[in-house]
Amino acid sequence: MKYEAISAGALDESQTIGTPSTNNSLKMQLRRAERWNRTRAFLLVVPLLLFVGVTFIMPIMDMLHRSIHDPLIVDHLPKTVAALESWDRQQIPEDTTYAVLAQELVSLHKQRDLAKVAGRLNTEFSGMRSLLSKSARGLARLNAGAGLESAADTREAMIRIDARWSDIQPWAAIKNLNSRYTLSYYLAALDMHYDVSGDISAQPERRQIYKALLIKTFAMSALITVLCLLLGYPLAHLLATLPESRSNLLMIMVLLPFWTSLLVRTTSWIVLLQTEGVINDVLISIGLISERIRMVHNLFGTVIAMTHILLPFMVLPLYSVMKNISPSYMRAARSLGAKPAYAFIHIYLPQTLPGIGAGAILTFILSIGFYITPALVGGRSGQMISNFIAYHMQTSLNWGLAAALGGILLGMVLLLYFVYNRLIGINSLKVG
Amino acid sequence: MNKSDTHYVRFLNVQKTYDGENLVVKNFNLDIAQGEFVTMLGPSGSGKTTCLMMLAGFESATQGEIYIDGTPVNNLAPHKRDIGMVFQNYALFPHLTIAENLSFPLKVRKLPKSDIEQRVKRALDMIELPQVAGRRPGQLSGGQQQRVALARALVFEPKLVLMDEPLGALDKQLREQMQYEIKRLHERLGITVLYVTHDQTEALTMSDRIAVFNEGVVQQLASPTELYERPSNAFVAQFIGENNKLSGQVEQINQDSCVVSVEGCSVQALPVNIRQCGEPTTLSIRPERIQINPDASYDNRFDARVLELIYHGDHLRTRVELMNHDQFIVKVPNGAHPLAISKGDQVQVGWHRRDCRALDAMIPGRP
Repeated sequence: MKYEAISAGALDESQTIGTPSTNNSLKMQLRRAERWNRTRAFLLVVPLLLFVGVTFIMPIMDMLHRSIHDPLIVDHLPKTVAALESWDRQQIPEDTTYAVLAQELVSLHKQRDLAKVAGRLNTEFSGMRSLLSKSARGLARLNAGAGLESAADTREAMIRIDARWSDIQPWAAIKNLNSRYTLSYYLAALDMHYDVSGDISAQPERRQIYKALLIKTFAMSALITVLCLLLGYPLAHLLATLPESRSNLLMIMVLLPFWTSLLVRTTSWIVLLQTEGVINDVLISIGLISERIRMVHNLFGTVIAMTHILLPFMVLPLYSVMKNISPSYMRAARSLGAKPAYAFIHIYLPQTLPGIGAGAILTFILSIGFYITPALVGGRSGQMISNFIAYHMQTSLNWGLAAALGGILLGMVLLLYFVYNRLIGINSLKVG
Repeated sequence: MNKSDTHYVRFLNVQKTYDGENLVVKNFNLDIAQGEFVTMLGPSGSGKTTCLMMLAGFESATQGEIYIDGTPVNNLAPHKRDIGMVFQNYALFPHLTIAENLSFPLKVRKLPKSDIEQRVKRALDMIELPQVAGRRPGQLSGGQQQRVALARALVFEPKLVLMDEPLGALDKQLREQMQYEIKRLHERLGITVLYVTHDQTEALTMSDRIAVFNEGVVQQLASPTELYERPSNAFVAQFIGENNKLSGQVEQINQDSCVVSVEGCSVQALPVNIRQCGEPTTLSIRPERIQINPDASYDNRFDARVLELIYHGDHLRTRVELMNHDQFIVKVPNGAHPLAISKGDQVQVGWHRRDCRALDAMIPGRP
């Protein structure tokens, strides 16, 4: 038999490879010969490596650092933090602690740094901002007058300025932030916080937003991915099976929106979908609806516009996989007796899985971090996590929380990658 | 034999066009008897694969009828035709194991599980590859894939098997071996085979009958011997085997002999498809039927000059100049008494009248 002859030949060949004694020097020779090639290959990618390092790795590292780094309180109220070190959170702290805080508040007030500190503490317990500024102003006035004799006087004076100082809550807020590195941003991003006793607990229900937002972002992304798959799969199949000339034309039509500005595409959806827009006009004029439907500045509009924008990311990987599936597989299946549907499900579909995986993972990852479209057409209900990240970056200036939300997003993407790798294998991913 | 035996597969005046202008297949007629091995042979683009695809149901005939076992199948979907098919690049499903590939047609037919297992095992034994059941097609060599593809087309016991250049991707040695194996299986299982190839050796060694295609028309449909020994036109003579052709004019024509003038020489020939004197004709002579320094029994004897000698082991390929024609090939067998000729020698070459066939004049520019 022929194949026996082949395997016998292979055995002969393996025996002709050198004896062990010459192996080492051979390896060294090979290494020496390869060294220059490897150095050259490395030098070729050095510029890119530097670029990626500076513009990609470093910002991400910085963001991750910011999400746990919180030195504000430790830096501005060092003595208070130190004095609270031994505090047991059961009763109000000792009088000396009041005196230390009073002193630090007054000096912060003078240096005009109080707003920052008060703002940060306010994110832990609301009301801290007003409490601190009111107390600092009051204490400064007292200092300017007679001054305070003893620590006990200071405590009484502070409680007189604001009765909340007789509570342990403000003190707990300061103590919760007594470290340069904290998980409080991540807790906040997951609707949790350190409570009065210093334990992690859920935020009161009316202050919970991020968990629901994360779930909504994921659900929307999943919906958009499924829609892209449903719309893109037949299209990619058509592209892969049509004769070259016609498939090229179709391909251009797929890519054309790709080359148009994202902003233009999004705003044109507003034009189409708005209450006084084209689609509503048409529906009214053919009598399908009697009242105008609100289709934009809500979840519906966001899903429609994002599906349209992300469709090419689904079509292209699918197309590249389908292009390499010979039509003879389907023919073979048919000739072996399979009905068209059976042949599709058992022969064609499994072979397109790498494309489905690549397209889905690409679309999903892009959509969970999508910003512009939800910002423009999302309205209130169509907002996604990235819009809140932007809000905390630009408006509330709570960069730590923004970084923590970004960190969670990054973690989710990595998790997704890991799961995909486990289930399907990242090597089978075919993007283009 | 009754009618359905001799007409198991029947093409009746089948025509096919893709663009509505040019016919890829022109008025194709073919009857295949049950158990027969018929090959469609022809250069690429001659319409042979199109005919095969029409029979399999992947292309529809523009005109005409195709019958399998007396039933018209023009409007029958491919999966209902019960035809085994071997594809050019095997088309083994890459995501399934060999055993799953083989069980696919059986699962589709909803056979009981134990039955499937048994049949798959038998099929693997038949191709002598029982050890590959759990492997995927990508892990097999080309020859092994070819065997599996063959087994898959046979495992559901179809009566008719179509093969579309199944050996095209194999190397020469493997190809020859597979030819014998396919032939052996055909005889053992008694199946009807329609085989497509552009390789004439393949066609000659395997087939009961061969249909030679050119430009959508069957040029000759005959047994391998008939095709090689008695080609009915110049295309077939040229396409099958090696052939010396001499262009000339008919001088004289009788029932079973004619005289053709080639460059002033009169050649005795056998009239095949010429009708009258004065007609242009192509003489076809096989290189192995030509004798160097012939004796007086040869009807045709001419002077020639040896231009080139190529040693082929079992024969000596000799190119001579004859009647102003410098591509005239003579095969000299390397027998017990080798000829002592060398380049530049003046020799005599001769052939019998029956080995020199006067065919139609070929249109210039064609093979």
